[in-house]
Amino acid sequence: MLNIKNKFNLERDISGCGLVGIINAKKVRTNGSDIKKSISVEHDRGNGLGGGFAVYGNYPEYAELYAFHIMYDNLSAKKDVEGYLNNNFIIEKEEPIPTFRTAKIYDHPYLHRYFLKPKSDRQDKLFRELGDDDFVVNSVMLVNQHYDGAYVFSSGKNMGAFKGVGYPEDIADFYKLEEIEGYMWTAHNRFPTNTPGWWGGAHPFTLLDWSIVHNGEISSYGINKRYLEMYKYNLSLKTDTEAITYILDLLVRKHGIPIRLALTVLASPFYNKIDKMDRVQKELLTALRQIYGSALLNGPFAIVFGYSNGMVAMNDRIKLRPLVAATAGDFTYVASEEAAISAVCPSPDRVWSPKAGEPVMVEFEEPVMQNRGLVGL
Amino acid sequence: MMTIDAGGMHYKELNRLIRDGIGKGIKKFFLENVNGQYYIGDGIKCDDVVININGIPGNDLGAFMDGPTIIVNNNAQDNAGNTMNSGKILIKGDAGDVVGYGMRGGRIYILGNAGYRVGIHMKGYNEQLPVIIIGGKVGSFFAEYMAGGVIVLLGLNDSDEFDSEYFASGMHGGTIFLRKKIDFSKYSKDVELYEADGKDALFLKKYLTEYADSFNIPLEEITGKPFYKIVPSSARPYAHLYTSA
Repeated sequence: MLNIKNKFNLERDISGCGLVGIINAKKVRTNGSDIKKSISVEHDRGNGLGGGFAVYGNYPEYAELYAFHIMYDNLSAKKDVEGYLNNNFIIEKEEPIPTFRTAKIYDHPYLHRYFLKPKSDRQDKLFRELGDDDFVVNSVMLVNQHYDGAYVFSSGKNMGAFKGVGYPEDIADFYKLEEIEGYMWTAHNRFPTNTPGWWGGAHPFTLLDWSIVHNGEISSYGINKRYLEMYKYNLSLKTDTEAITYILDLLVRKHGIPIRLALTVLASPFYNKIDKMDRVQKELLTALRQIYGSALLNGPFAIVFGYSNGMVAMNDRIKLRPLVAATAGDFTYVASEEAAISAVCPSPDRVWSPKAGEPVMVEFEEPVMQNRGLVGL
Repeated sequence: MMTIDAGGMHYKELNRLIRDGIGKGIKKFFLENVNGQYYIGDGIKCDDVVININGIPGNDLGAFMDGPTIIVNNNAQDNAGNTMNSGKILIKGDAGDVVGYGMRGGRIYILGNAGYRVGIHMKGYNEQLPVIIIGGKVGSFFAEYMAGGVIVLLGLNDSDEFDSEYFASGMHGGTIFLRKKIDFSKYSKDVELYEADGKDALFLKKYLTEYADSFNIPLEEITGKPFYKIVPSSARPYAHLYTSA
């Protein structure tokens, strides 16, 4: 674990985490000023012990490469990890993540990014037979678990996480988000409850293209962790949210379950609701509950997650955390508070509060390919 | 009268300005460009103060409030009227979750919809009678653990079936009035449904008139249909969980 220290006062303030998500369904890119402005309205929901952002569409020139963001405690950790990367990946480009030291964010780990392609003749024989995505997942787990003072906090394609200890608006300035453009943004303002506030523990939590921001508490963390460990996921970040990222990776990418069904695993309907469904639905949801009982998230939560095809926002089954959504043209906004949306979208087409356990899902509209017969399908 | 441009202002500063104004004897406040500031009007004890809000007030609007009137011309966020003691909150848009949590007096009138857990732990005693009236619909856990006071659910412009769950679960005091008959047995075993009688109608008329006047809607639009009354079947619905029979 990184030993970078938290220098912020622990002034007790009654609040909870804050979330924001902004997506443009047509993949029109905007810079980070809106998401910063929006999450700063939720300033008092956090306490300066964690702020972070995920952005999609920010590395179009390296869209085919895995973009690793790694934080290091010291340069010897960097040297060790780079040894591993050199043996197993073609490093197309590597550089420090551009940052701007401010009066508020001055003590931070070494932050470096790498644009990588797994080598076909990679040294790591144990993982040689794996597909690229699986190999990247294994590499992330390996570095986070076995390389002291190093932590991969972003590993997707054409996306990146930017996070740290501080209020999100200060973290945004630190990473100069106003100079970054993307078509989907999520943001988090952290108020750590059960686990330490450290750089790696800030949200979003990412793996490949998945990124999760979360307000709440996963009381089922223990069983989720043990379940995920059976599938070789290593939970080393000391924060419950990490589990959600890996559950989605397992269910959707590895087991091929459609997103909407995977969401009924995370926040499955109660049995008294399932009992009232028609036979097919009933059998399906009963089977999912039986097979994936250990992936069910218990406890209060509101989450926003991004992936390569879009964004999803969802509450727990009895809505113990706030969530508001709005649309304006091709933009969809979700946030913990309506004011965070109105700060950047004063006249939305529609504003609503999603019901408990009912996801707000936005998928990118892919350009229609006329010649390949996709029209009308 | 005092107008405050709250744009970009932190809630501490905004509430300090309001309290300073009240200290100087100002009775009418117009807050412009409000966006998400928490705790507006909290804990203020003063009967004739009116706070008019343009923009979206933040969480815990009017918490512990004791006397003033707050008028919200837009939507409100969560926890409006938390543990409010007296006074009035008018919301011309929708309200968020947990409206009137532990409310013990005063009135909250909402023209639009309200979120989850309206009136949770609401209570009343003798002359302390909190009243919440919702024009639209509500989320689940409506009137959960309600112990006193009155909630009126009008369901105006809402032809859908009542689709929230856990209706009045744990309710053990107070009264709910509905303008629409629902099969409440689907929702709770803790309550009983009756048709509202003449005495109820007389009681309701006073509050519904005030509600209609507040939002400039004809009273007949509200009162045109029969009302149903829901009361708890027991003052202690969970006794069996804690004591042997």
